[in-house]
Amino acid sequence: MATNGTEFESVRTVSVVRHYKLGRSTIPAVDGVSLAAGRGEFIALLGASGSGKSTLLNLIAGLDRPDSGAIVVEGSDLATMNSEQLAQYRRHTVGMVFQSFNLVPTMTLYENVELPMRFAEVKRRERRARAEEALARVGLSDRMKHRPSEMSGGEQQRAALARALANRPKLLLADEPTGNLDSKTGTEIMDLIRELNRTLEMTVIMVTHERSLAERYANRLVFLGDGKLLGESVNELEKIGATR
Amino acid sequence: MRAYDLVELAGRNLREAGLRNSLTTLGIGVGVASLVAMLSLGIGLQKLATRQLGRSGLFDTVVVTSRQDSRGPRFAQAAPVTSQPKPLDDAARHSFEQMANVVEVYPNFSAVGDVRLETDKTGNHFTVVGTLPQSARNSESFDDVQGTFFSGPDAQEAIILGDFGRDLLNLPREPRGTDVKLTPDQASQLLGKYIVLKYHKREAGDSAPLEGKTIKKGQRDPDDVDSADDKEAEDAQSFNLVPKQLRLKIVGIVSSEPNRGLRQGRTPLFLPLALAESLDMVQAGELWSTLRPSDTKTYMALIVRVGRSKAVAQVEEDIRKQGFSTFSILDASKGITRFFTFLDLFLGIFGSLALAVASLGIVNTLVMAILERRREIGIMKALGASDGDVKRIFFFEAGTMGIMGGVLGAGLGWTIGRVINFATNIYLQRQDIRPENFWVVPAWLVGAALGFSVVVSLGAGLYPASRAARLDPVQALRHD
Repeated sequence: MATNGTEFESVRTVSVVRHYKLGRSTIPAVDGVSLAAGRGEFIALLGASGSGKSTLLNLIAGLDRPDSGAIVVEGSDLATMNSEQLAQYRRHTVGMVFQSFNLVPTMTLYENVELPMRFAEVKRRERRARAEEALARVGLSDRMKHRPSEMSGGEQQRAALARALANRPKLLLADEPTGNLDSKTGTEIMDLIRELNRTLEMTVIMVTHERSLAERYANRLVFLGDGKLLGESVNELEKIGATR
Repeated sequence: MRAYDLVELAGRNLREAGLRNSLTTLGIGVGVASLVAMLSLGIGLQKLATRQLGRSGLFDTVVVTSRQDSRGPRFAQAAPVTSQPKPLDDAARHSFEQMANVVEVYPNFSAVGDVRLETDKTGNHFTVVGTLPQSARNSESFDDVQGTFFSGPDAQEAIILGDFGRDLLNLPREPRGTDVKLTPDQASQLLGKYIVLKYHKREAGDSAPLEGKTIKKGQRDPDDVDSADDKEAEDAQSFNLVPKQLRLKIVGIVSSEPNRGLRQGRTPLFLPLALAESLDMVQAGELWSTLRPSDTKTYMALIVRVGRSKAVAQVEEDIRKQGFSTFSILDASKGITRFFTFLDLFLGIFGSLALAVASLGIVNTLVMAILERRREIGIMKALGASDGDVKRIFFFEAGTMGIMGGVLGAGLGWTIGRVINFATNIYLQRQDIRPENFWVVPAWLVGAALGFSVVVSLGAGLYPASRAARLDPVQALRHD
């Protein structure tokens, strides 16, 4: 796996600015961040809380729009898209996992995994095959009929990963995926994410504040502070981890 | 998103908040029910009024009298003064028959006679004798006829009223004006039996030279009856009254008088029209035509039946232009229609108010659902749901509640109506009034109520749905 730039670029942000208005003051959540991720790369966004890493992730996910700058993912600039095109982008190009899992509590695991495919208008029969495949990949084949409340946190996050895979996205965005998990389960989830990154060649951008976690799994660490890019480092330790 | 996915998602959302959505649906149902109940009461009352008037046979009927005299209904509208008065003779009858939309023209016939059952040698019942044209078969009076209608227009048959049947059987009289239906046993004592009708035939007398009258006619104003009294007495056409009797078979017994509104007074015995015309019976009011100098046979009044009730006004107008006086119930019915239009309108407004309150319930439920499902909406958007998808889900939920509420309401309204109708009829029966069906739920009302409920529900869903669609996914996902 290339670590310092791939043949094909997956994500590039160019001087992205996102300001929030809070009363009279303006908070520069993301302030001119330029970043590039190669296809198949595993990038960790590190920073203290309020550093703007989650905002940047939401911008790349197409859930939020930049005030200025460009975000080019797989060749398309998100800043120029209308809301329907953004929805389509979220549907087909990105998969997301969150700290709090964000499974729909009233749906079974199977239904949760099926949900993004409904929006993508995948045919019913194919939906079934893909959902079963994704759940098998995260080791939840026998829990398909269960509701999130009946599952442990680790299982829920695995289900969320399966859901993120359902539409076979090229880009996986993870916002503190182990934040609500104990270290053992967190490791399981991270192993799973790295496996997806390697076997499916998915580009992974993960937000975390745990440097040790980032060092174990990411190819590259990107440091953010006060909305600005503070620096990045190619992770040499990760290679060791890879052969572990 | 595909349609079946939309249906499934909305359906599961409705099920998830089952109690709240059921109560909202019930609210719509009650609104629709009150709308249906109010309107069907209005429609029912209107139908009842129309039916009562329709029984009279006047709705499609114009009564024509000559302007030459004042016979016929007092309230008849006079012909325009400019046109020449004309005699109501066979030529006039023929010209009416030729008019567009006119179904039939027949004379208003009313004679008197003595009637008894053939087997009852002593009984004598002096009574008014009327006629029925073949078309009277469709009159509502024949809905519950015992026996049949006349077998032909000149059959030697009779149809009698139920209470006259009691008279013939020498049973005690019911209170005057009530509709009497005979028991099957009583009816069987009359149906197929014969009655003997004694009447007087009019035969031309020796001293009535028609020629003499023709000469004089041009010399005087036919309308100036008063000043011509003496002359008329001189010129009176004389005729002889020849007593006759006729054997008639009772074929039908009706409880109410067919075409009632066309006659003044009560007519309990009916003969086929053609038969009665051929008998040359002396009619009540014959004196008028007797004293009037005329060279042809004239009618006291002709009844013109019009095919479509909407054409009545035109036919009436045309006849009046020809120089005759006419009467129809059209003017009265116009007022009735207007009254019921207002009644329906007001009842509809009250019903709609209930539905409006119910639609606020929908708005409330859906807005609550958005607050409750903010996070879910955020998740759906993160997973690729477009604004339109979210909007459609909420819209569909509102529409579903509307349809279900509509069906429920239509059923409920119908049931409420039945119950009130039933209870009122029990009351009416206790008061010795014939039960009436004043509650009508026509198919169009059910359809309209359903449609209205769906439209109102969708309207109520409009705001919550667009609010849900506009929800910022980042904010929504942050929401706990």
